[in-house]
Amino acid sequence: MSATPLLQCSGVSKSFAQVHALVNVDFEVRRGEVMALVGDNGAGKSTLIKCIAGIYPFDSGEVRFEDEVVHIHGPRESAALGIEVVYQDLALADNLDVVANMFLGRERTRSGYMLDEQSMENDARETLDSLSVTTLRSVRQAVGGLSGGQRQAVAVAKSVMWNSKLVILDEPTAALGVAQTRQVLELVKRLAERDLGVVIISHNLHDVFEVADRITVLRLGQQVAVLNREDTTQQDVVHAITAGTLTHVPGMQDTGAEVSE
Amino acid sequence: MTDDRDRTDAVQPDDAGAVPADVLAEQADHPTIPAATPGTSQPTGFGDYFTLWTERLRAGELGALPIGLGLLVIFITFGILDDTFYTARNFTNLLLQMTVFATIAIGVVFVLLIAEIDLSVAFVSAVGGVVMTLLLRPDDPGWPAWAAIAVALLITTTIGWLQGIVITKAGVPSFVVTLAGLLIWSGVVLVLTTSASQVGTIRIQDDFVVGILNAFLSDQAGWALAAAVILGFAGVNSWTAFRRRRDGLPSKPTSVIVIQTVALAVVTIGAVWYANSDRGVPRATVFLIVFLLFWSFVASKLRFGRHVYAIGGNPEAARRAGINVDRVRIMVFMIMGFMAGVGGIMAASRLRSVSTAAGGGNLLLLVIASAVIGGTSLFGGQGRVISALLGALIITSIENGMNLLGLASGTKFIITGLVLLGAVLIDAWAKKRRTAVGVG
Repeated sequence: MSATPLLQCSGVSKSFAQVHALVNVDFEVRRGEVMALVGDNGAGKSTLIKCIAGIYPFDSGEVRFEDEVVHIHGPRESAALGIEVVYQDLALADNLDVVANMFLGRERTRSGYMLDEQSMENDARETLDSLSVTTLRSVRQAVGGLSGGQRQAVAVAKSVMWNSKLVILDEPTAALGVAQTRQVLELVKRLAERDLGVVIISHNLHDVFEVADRITVLRLGQQVAVLNREDTTQQDVVHAITAGTLTHVPGMQDTGAEVSE
Repeated sequence: MTDDRDRTDAVQPDDAGAVPADVLAEQADHPTIPAATPGTSQPTGFGDYFTLWTERLRAGELGALPIGLGLLVIFITFGILDDTFYTARNFTNLLLQMTVFATIAIGVVFVLLIAEIDLSVAFVSAVGGVVMTLLLRPDDPGWPAWAAIAVALLITTTIGWLQGIVITKAGVPSFVVTLAGLLIWSGVVLVLTTSASQVGTIRIQDDFVVGILNAFLSDQAGWALAAAVILGFAGVNSWTAFRRRRDGLPSKPTSVIVIQTVALAVVTIGAVWYANSDRGVPRATVFLIVFLLFWSFVASKLRFGRHVYAIGGNPEAARRAGINVDRVRIMVFMIMGFMAGVGGIMAASRLRSVSTAAGGGNLLLLVIASAVIGGTSLFGGQGRVISALLGALIITSIENGMNLLGLASGTKFIITGLVLLGAVLIDAWAKKRRTAVGVG
């Protein structure tokens, strides 16, 4: 784990009309670290990752990626930087096989126009092997036939194929059973071992404590705590989620004046 | 077996027992391949291949099986009921009739693959036939065949483009847009034909155009065609298998390639021999084979084809993967327009004329039924170009047989409708199996 952050958001804000979804949030991820992002519904978790992914821009604040100030204007640009997001719905085409899904939209071609199935199949297998995804029967199996955990594994493998440096996972274990959750969490740890920065959004604190190195807590659009997993307890985190100290009064126009507690 | 394994995975994924035994066995044979390598449980011999095939069947991946059985039933039934059904004369007729349906159905397959529908195909095809015929009229304006055909196809492709634009940019369901198209283009056909001729029928006098569906290959050319088809199939399959084996990927076993090639050879040689005993193989069959090969190539070997399937499977996933979904959709409707135009020209050639009735009757129903009966799913993302041929073969055989029996129109509609209903039920059942067992 290196000390310089891979991604550093400083004082970022985002409003939708009258709603302040994010207010002056600081957020960072280091290489080789699993950073959990937790908070109640409406705390701003999704808004934060969507802004990082370039789906909408931050209103203000600074984003640094690999120590460079960046302005991300769309999903293509975040992908070019090496940021990949695995959304909750996974975005897999059930009728296509594993290889076709992993290369969807970035298919490799031979002599300029024909699909290079062999090279894609080889690389898909290599990536899955490197992540120790062992339960797939065949990479030529249609994704619709896979279990929830296998689908998640394919989606994660897809996200690391493209020399990505930061992988953001939105509720990767939400729909999974016990054994499959375990598999996916193992996979998350392996991503960090490959020196990628990993952000995992989860409501399940048990999962968070199993994989996360640090935990960022959002509450009502503000960052209320960044905790080291080793120095904290689930109760501390629950407390921060429900009653973390707010520096801005929600609902009021933010004029920069801080409210003292 | 598929379902058992999936269940095992779901219950105890970390258990080594979930790794199929054949993977472990193969690992012993090829120590360089790690046990984790997915794909090593692919079939290596004929036995495995057969097992996999039966597994797929049970999982709702029916392939060409319902078609094969359907054809068998149809041929036996009509063979018993009518003496002329099996004659070589009727066989070549069947090939000719099938060509128009199959050609238009290729376009329908593409539209169904992206989970859309085109109700205007029949009249768009008629527009193609009528425009060509009008341009061909001697001295008025008396265009050469190639120019008349090119302009006709350009117009039908543009119609597809227009409808595609409205569907994608205005966000109106294709069902409604092409329903409007059905009315509009049927009107256009009527206006064009009645304004050009008092009786509403315009004859085609161009030899080349008439020859499209009325000329036959010589016996030798027919045999050459058969040889090309058989050798082509064997060559492509062997080459693919060779390349995959060289790269250490699972491939189709040689025994299966040999069996498939022999089966294809028997059917092809039999068909050519039978056609040659009458007038020969229709020239149009060559056109149809070329179109089938070309569009199969587009659908399965090009990025465009991959994107078509992806959009049919999950448009949102396709969009997020950076695929220009609207562009692909519009291009699919252009393919539909183009193939409808080709089919319309073929239909005009076959009748040696166009009339106010062009594109009417049950043409629309039959071409959509062809695609669906051939195995293209109405739910999008499932199906192959070849299903246009297989479905058209079924539909044409039924039509042809019922015509020979001299059945009343009403009876023919009822029977054709029941066959379509059966095909759709099979599709729905297969889809349910696929979701339940989970093979796509």
